[in-house]
Formats: sequence, structure tokens, C-alpha cells
Amino acid sequence: MPRREWVPDSADTGRPSAARVYDYFLGGMHNFAADRANATAAAGVYPDLPRIMRANRSYLGRVVRYLVRAGIRQFLDLGSGIPTAGNVHELAHALQPRTRIVYVDIDPVAVAHSEALVHGDPRISVLQADVRQVESVLQAAESTLDFERPIGVLMVSLLHFIPENPGELIRAYLSRLDAGSYVALSHVSTEGPADQLAELVRLSGQTSTPLHLRPRTEIEQMISGLDLVEPGLVYLPQWHPDLPEDVGANPERANDYAAVIHKP
Amino acid sequence: MPTSRSPIVSLHSGDHQSLSHSETPGAALEPRSVEESSVLDVFGSQWANIVLETGFSALNRGDLATELTVLAGDIADALLTDPFSDEAGFRTGVALVHTRLTDVVVLRKSSQLLSRLPRIIGRASPETAVRMSMLIGALGAGFAHALKEQTVHEQETIHSAVLAARGRAELALRASEERFRAVFEGAAIAVAICDVNGTFLDVNPVLANMVGEPTSAIRGRSVFDFVHPDDAIDMHREVFDKLARGEAGRAHVEKRFRRGNGEMGWTRLALSLVRSEDGSPDYLVAMGEDVTERHQLQHQLRHQALHDPLTGLPNRSLLYEKLDETFSRSRHDGRIGLLFLDLDGFKVINDRLGHGTGDRLLVEVADRLHATVTKRGHMVARIGGDEFVVLVSDSPGLDDLTVLADEILDTIKKPIKVDEHALPVNASIGIVERPIAGTEPAELMRAADSTMYWAKAEGKGRWRVYDEQRSEYELFLYRLESEMAGALDRGEFILNYQPLVGLEDGRIRGLEALIRWMHPEYGLLSPDKFIPKAEENGFILELGRWVLQQACMQGKAWQLSGAQPFVSVNVAMLQCTEGDLRADVLTALEHSGLAPEKLQLEITESAMMGGPMEPVAVLGDVVCEGVRVAIDDFGTGYSNWSALRRLPVHDLKLAGAFVEGLRPREGSLVEVDTRIVGTMISMAHALGLSVTAENVETQEQATRLRELGCDAGQGWLFAKPMSVLEVDKLLAANGRFDTGF
Ligand SMILES: C[S@@+](CC[C@H](N)C(=O)[O-])C[C@H]1O[C@@H](n2cnc3c(N)ncnc32)[C@H](O)[C@@H]1O
Repeated sequence: MPRREWVPDSADTGRPSAARVYDYFLGGMHNFAADRANATAAAGVYPDLPRIMRANRSYLGRVVRYLVRAGIRQFLDLGSGIPTAGNVHELAHALQPRTRIVYVDIDPVAVAHSEALVHGDPRISVLQADVRQVESVLQAAESTLDFERPIGVLMVSLLHFIPENPGELIRAYLSRLDAGSYVALSHVSTEGPADQLAELVRLSGQTSTPLHLRPRTEIEQMISGLDLVEPGLVYLPQWHPDLPEDVGANPERANDYAAVIHKP
Repeated sequence: MPTSRSPIVSLHSGDHQSLSHSETPGAALEPRSVEESSVLDVFGSQWANIVLETGFSALNRGDLATELTVLAGDIADALLTDPFSDEAGFRTGVALVHTRLTDVVVLRKSSQLLSRLPRIIGRASPETAVRMSMLIGALGAGFAHALKEQTVHEQETIHSAVLAARGRAELALRASEERFRAVFEGAAIAVAICDVNGTFLDVNPVLANMVGEPTSAIRGRSVFDFVHPDDAIDMHREVFDKLARGEAGRAHVEKRFRRGNGEMGWTRLALSLVRSEDGSPDYLVAMGEDVTERHQLQHQLRHQALHDPLTGLPNRSLLYEKLDETFSRSRHDGRIGLLFLDLDGFKVINDRLGHGTGDRLLVEVADRLHATVTKRGHMVARIGGDEFVVLVSDSPGLDDLTVLADEILDTIKKPIKVDEHALPVNASIGIVERPIAGTEPAELMRAADSTMYWAKAEGKGRWRVYDEQRSEYELFLYRLESEMAGALDRGEFILNYQPLVGLEDGRIRGLEALIRWMHPEYGLLSPDKFIPKAEENGFILELGRWVLQQACMQGKAWQLSGAQPFVSVNVAMLQCTEGDLRADVLTALEHSGLAPEKLQLEITESAMMGGPMEPVAVLGDVVCEGVRVAIDDFGTGYSNWSALRRLPVHDLKLAGAFVEGLRPREGSLVEVDTRIVGTMISMAHALGLSVTAENVETQEQATRLRELGCDAGQGWLFAKPMSVLEVDKLLAANGRFDTGF
């Protein structure tokens, strides 16, 4: 029978991966020529992209700190990527060393990397899974997280990789969380320059997790009826900036929406 | 220049976020003045803003500014401290990298900013300018050093992550491949892998065994070398075309295959398509089972279930299956035909010659039918004892079917030799032929069946074609039959009376009770619509009893009002043979109080004289009680005059046909008829019987009849059947008819 040399998609270093491209934009070196070529091409067609990526990462940091201060001691980081600078466990542990974290990503390389990084830390576990397999993700997470207590679920820069209805995904996770839990998300919208975004989406097709951008109305629909932490659905830089001037003159150029849902 | 340093920030330890280093190089310094500090604060914030333009920092803007302020302070100190050291510059470069500010733009912008530091802190001089450029140089070196170190480190980690991921995947792959191999070799079912064109790439031992050739002889050959030629096209269509086009990922088929020794077998296959990474069809995995035995058994069972064991012809189930098939598959404008055949007198043969003979006869008939019908491409089924049905599923028209029916009757007519007998066989055939649209199998069978009965009723040994109207009429009669009993309970039957008029004096001698059915839907129904059925099913016994009682009661009522006429009631043969007529009559007389001589019973000539003797005996009993008896419709049957002598009869009712003959019309032989009627009247008188003429419609007939000595007449000339009320009126008026004299 025919035999095929086979490696998982992202372990094929000749093919860009979303996690490593993102790492490159954050100044990391956890990437290969193909990732860098893809990233450079993307930044070439959409010059605001590196800024958006950085804004996203710093939003993640603000969210984690906000939630730890709000009393959250457990995180489920869905689509965690490569735990490069400003990763969840460092941010959380700096404030509350007992915080428990479960990282979940579909990318086997990102997962292998995360495992190597947190190896032996009993507070942290890493899962390779598709976040859409809600049941199996939750089951595996149960050994680290206590679902009887509030959990901060992070869907930061994840949902625009999910072609199906993300609103349902959010609700599926929410329904299994204890009262007082949070779900934080960010989502790149289609509101930016159409040509550039189209090209960006096309380039993302080289990876195994292509982008599915959505208009603001759809993002609103996704979370309609849910309790949002103030100030609701806003552009990334506008969500609890550390300093007022961090928002900058044109927050809409981030073209990336942020919201944090609170389960009452 | 320092040679080796530990990283200032351990990015991965997570417990230490400070960029600055606690040890300060060189000589101890005076604490900074307030203005100096605030100048450095501003510088630090500016620096943070500039680098955050192009890079990401794990620190937020405020924290980064604080850290950069400290570093700027260190550099400022280095500018002024002796001996001069560029270490602060190196450390700053390293720190930038460790906080993720790895873009060279950060380095360039930081250098530009720092070159203005001496002036900003108010210490611009050629000396500080030189020192500053040396510090900036060290910044670059530290940046480059840290970047290289970090790059190596991160590349190492990502590479080992890739290797780990691959290793894991490969382990999984190898495990799955081993599992596959084990399943493949050890499976209890046949497994084959072939390319999208159907070339076997690999087959397992079970498959080899099934086909009867070694695996090596199968590999590289086409699937179609093994598929039964008749199934090849379907196999192409159902499997290869579909899967290859990627229309479906899976297929299930059951097909015939050829074994090495040329034998044919059946296999059930489940095929699935494996796609290559770009999604295009790559190869097929087929799993199969040898189901030859099951197939043979099934085939056999199916044949048994669908065929008549005696004649081998298709049975009722198969006929219905074929009918359904015809209906579901045929074109909309197609026609269909059925011949429903039933042997005539088969029961007699069976009874007289035994079942063995009957069976052999059926087999021969079946063979002949089969030969006649199948050569025309039709199907014949045996659906019951001696019932056969021919299905013409694509009928060209009625004519072809009647021709076929003739042919069938001809073929079976040739005497059949069974044992020592040569038996001629006749059959009755019902033919239905109609467009497929607008009918359905059960309806068609029903129609053919009842048409066959028409052929039987019309004399057997013939065919009849279905007639819609006739069938509807039969349906109507059938409905009446089913409603009769209820109708009697509901009081839907009524009696009308028609006077029997003395021709001599015009007086009413009697009143014949005639039954009518006031049907809620069909209106007033005359007896010919329901009496034959009632006679058939025996309801006539009950109905007759009711009529007797009713008529007697009415007769008594008329007697009480002073009238003389008797009531005349029709009696069916069944009432004489099956019922207890004598008891019925006596009961009716008793209940009503009517004198027996005021009751006349009418019975048809054929009932009276055609059959067995019971009616005669019964009537004799009744006559003994004093009741009159008349023979109805006289002259239409055997008219056995000699028998008449012995019968207990008082009156002959001359059938309408004779009276009709007395009416002069063109071409009629009035004279002859007159003589016949005259003779009949004389003979009746000679036997002591009175004569009543039925159907008298014209004065002329009445005159003639009277001239011929006929005693009484009945008919429209005098009165139609009337309701009781009308009769009441007539009698009250002392009813007497003008008989023309
Ligand atoms: C841009 S990274 C985001 C990393 C991190 N959450 C952040 O915002 O900084 C997106 C990650 O989502 C992962 N991802 C995409 N689709 C996924 C899925 N269906 N299940 C799990 N992870 C997924 C990708 O592999 C990638 O690592």
C-alpha cells in the first residue's frame, strides 16, 4: 500500500502556522522562514497588522490582571498559542502565585512548546485539542481546574479562527461555568480596508487555521444578551487602558474588538 | 567590555519582571537632584513611547517607562563616572531584547534618543559626546548579543517543540499503521486497497482466499478483472465515478464477482475514499464479505415466496409486486391490462376425479398458459385454486387483449389427458384494460375479478370486458344489499297496492301488494333493484314475513271499512322452501284478523313448477287453510298444463307479454296472439281457474280480453300501484272502473 510521509500540519516547518506568525509579530524567535515570510507578506499588505497584534497581546495582559484582581484564580486559555512574552501564567502568577492555568491549542507545536516551558509546574497543564470539542476540552481541564468555582475563560484572538457560529461556542462554555466566571474575547472585524483584509485572509489560508473575519454586527450578535463588563464591546485599546493616553488617537485602527462577559 | 552576563530578566521564570540591575557600576555618586530626576522621568516616558511604537513589551507602558528611566539614569551616571565604563549601555541593549523589544528599529530609535541625553541632562561636552557614543556602541553590542542568544534559545525550543510534535505524530502514525497492518492481515473480512481507477494496490489474505488466487496474482490487476461483466457498468457508475469525482466518500454495493475457477460469487462491499492532503481523491479502501451462500439462500427463499409450488408459476405476491413495479415505473401515458381467468367447473372435476387429477390438470393448464402468454412477453400468475391472472404491463390496447383471451381459451380447450381421462377445459375470463394513470393495482384486480364473474354469469367459456357502468350498478346493488336489514328496522320499506279489476263489472276484486323502498339517498326504489339480492341472501324470508303481516293488516282495515277486495301478496320460492310459509301466513292472518279467503298468494310459474316439489306441498297446506293462490307471470315458463291440474291454484296471472300482443301495432300478429290468449283462458277455465291479465294498458286490450272471457285485469288502464291513502279514497268512492261496457 502507498505510504505517505506525514507530519502534523504545523510540525511541517515549511508551512506557516498562526501561532508562530503571531509570535513573530510579538518579537519572538519561535518561528521559521515560512512563518516570517507569511508575516512579512501580511504586514506588507496590511501595515496596521503588527500594531493590532501587539494591541491584542497587551489586551490579554490587561484582561488577565483585571480578572486576577477581580478574584479569579483559574484560567482556561483557549487558543493559547506559543507562550511568548506576556503569557497568561507569568502575568497571573506575578499577582497571585496560586493561580491555575490550562492552556489549550490545536497546534501541536505550540502545545509541545508550552509543555516544555511549563513542564513540572503543577499549577499549569497544556492540552492539544480543538476548542470546538467542548466536552473533551472540559473533561481534560477538570483535572487542573475546579468547575465549581469561577474560571476566567480566555478566547483572545481565537474566535476569528472559528468558521462555525462562535456565539454557540461561547454559550457552550458559559453553560458549564460557575456563577462569577468570565469569558474574555477579542475578534478582528471586517471593518478595515477591504482589499487589505481580503489579502490578509487569503494569506491566512496558507496556515491550517484560516481567518474568518466578521462584521461588528455579527460580533455583537455573538454576545447579545450576555452580561458584559464595562465598557462593553469596544476596540481593543479602549478596554481598561493602563493609562488614558494608551488609547491613542485612532483606536478604531486596531480594527479588533474586545469584550469580557461576566456570568452572573 | 564585560564578557558574559546572566540575563537580567529571566523571561521564563515569571517571578522577576524588573529590567534594571541592582548593582551599580563604578564609584558611588551623589544622589540625584530633584530636577535631574524629573528630567530623567520625562526622558524615560519618551523612550517608552518611542519603542512601543514599533515593539511589543511584556510590561505595560508605565512600568516600561519606569524601567527605562532607571536605565537612562544608569547611562547618565556612566557619562559622568570615572573610570568610564560602557557596561550600562551593554546592559540596556540586553534589557531591551529581554523585554521583547527585539526590532532593530527599537535599537535605532533608542540610540537616537540616547545621543541627546547629555544635552538633556545639561552635561553636553566633547567628553560626554564621546562617552555617549561609546555607550551607544555598547548598547548595540548588548542588543546584538542578547538577540543572538535569545534567537538561538528560542529557535532551539521551537525546534525541539517541532520534533516533539513530530515524534508524537509519528508514534501515533506508526501505531496506527501497525494497527492497520494487523487489521489488514488478520481481518476476518476481505480488505483491498486500490487506486481511483480500480487497480489493486494491496489485498489481504481473506480477499485472496475469496477470489481463489494468491495475493501476488491480484496486486496490480484491475478490480474489473474480477467483477461480473453484467455488473461492471453499475460498479463503474455506483462506485468509481462517484467516488472519483469526490461526490461521495462512501459507497455500499452488493455485486457479483468471478473466482479464479470461473465460478461466480456475490460480495457485499463497503468502499471508502481516502483523500490526499489537497483534498483530491487518492485511493479506495474496500472491505468485502463473501455473501454467495446467503445470496443463494435468499434467492431460493425469494423464489419460493413468490412462486406457486404446484405449477411453478408466479404467485399472488409476485403478481402484486410486478403490478406495483409497473405502476411506479411506467410512463404516465402507459396502459395496463389484466386477464382474470377462472376454470369452469373445476370443482366438479376435483370432486369427481380427486385432487390428484385436479392438480395434474392445473399443472397442464398452467403450462399451456405460460407458453401462450410468456411468448408475448407477459406474465401469468396463479393466484388461487383455479384462478390465474395474466398481466400485460405495457398494453398496446384492448384489441390485443381480447385476441390473447381467445387464444388462451383455444389452447386450454384442447382436451387435456390426465390419467385415463381426456378432459376439455373451459374458462371464463374477465378483461380490464385502461390507462395506468388514475387507477391502482387493487382496483384493477377487483375489476378484473368481477368481470370474470360476468363472463361466468353470461354462460362461461368466454371472455368479457370490464364495463364501468355495469360495475357501478353492481356496486349500487351491493350497497343496497348491505343496507337492507337496517332499512327494514328503520321503516324504509312501504307497500303500494294495485287493483285487480273484474272485467265484467269494473269492480275491484283484489289489491296486489307491491313493495317499495324509500331509500334516503336514492329515493323510491322498485323491487327489481333489491328483491333479487334479497332472494339471494335469504333476507327475503324476513322481508316476506313483514309484507305478509303488513298486507294482511291493511286488508283487514279495508274489510272493516266495508270493502270486499282481497289482498294479494307475492311469495318467493325461498319462502316456501327455506321458511315456514304456512306458519307465516297463519301468524299474519291471526294477528290481523283477516279472513283467509281475503288473502291471495302469488308465486311465479317457474318457482312453482320448475324445481323441486316443496313449494307445491307448502302451497297445498296454505290452500287448505282457505287462502287463494295465483300463479304469477304465467306463460313465460314451462307452462306445464298437465301439472296445473294437480296444483293447488285458483288463478292464473297471464304474463304481460301476451297482453302486449293484443295491442294492434304495425307488423304484429294480433290475430295469432288473440287466439293463443283465448286458448289459454279456455284451458284455465276448463281447469277451474280464473284468469287475470297483467299489464293492461289500453281500452282495446281490455275489450279483447273481456271478449275472450278473461276474468280480471290489472294495469295502468285502471290504476298504477297506489299508496294506501289513494286506495282508501278509491274504495270510499265505492271504486268501480269503467271497463268499457
Ligand atoms: C493568534 S493566536 C492567539 C494566542 C493568544 N490567545 C493571544 O491572543 O495572545 C491564535 C491561536 O488559536 C489557535 N487556534 C485556532 N483555531 C483553534 C481551534 N479550533 N482550537 C484550538 N486552538 C485554535 C491557533 O493555533 C493559534 O495558536
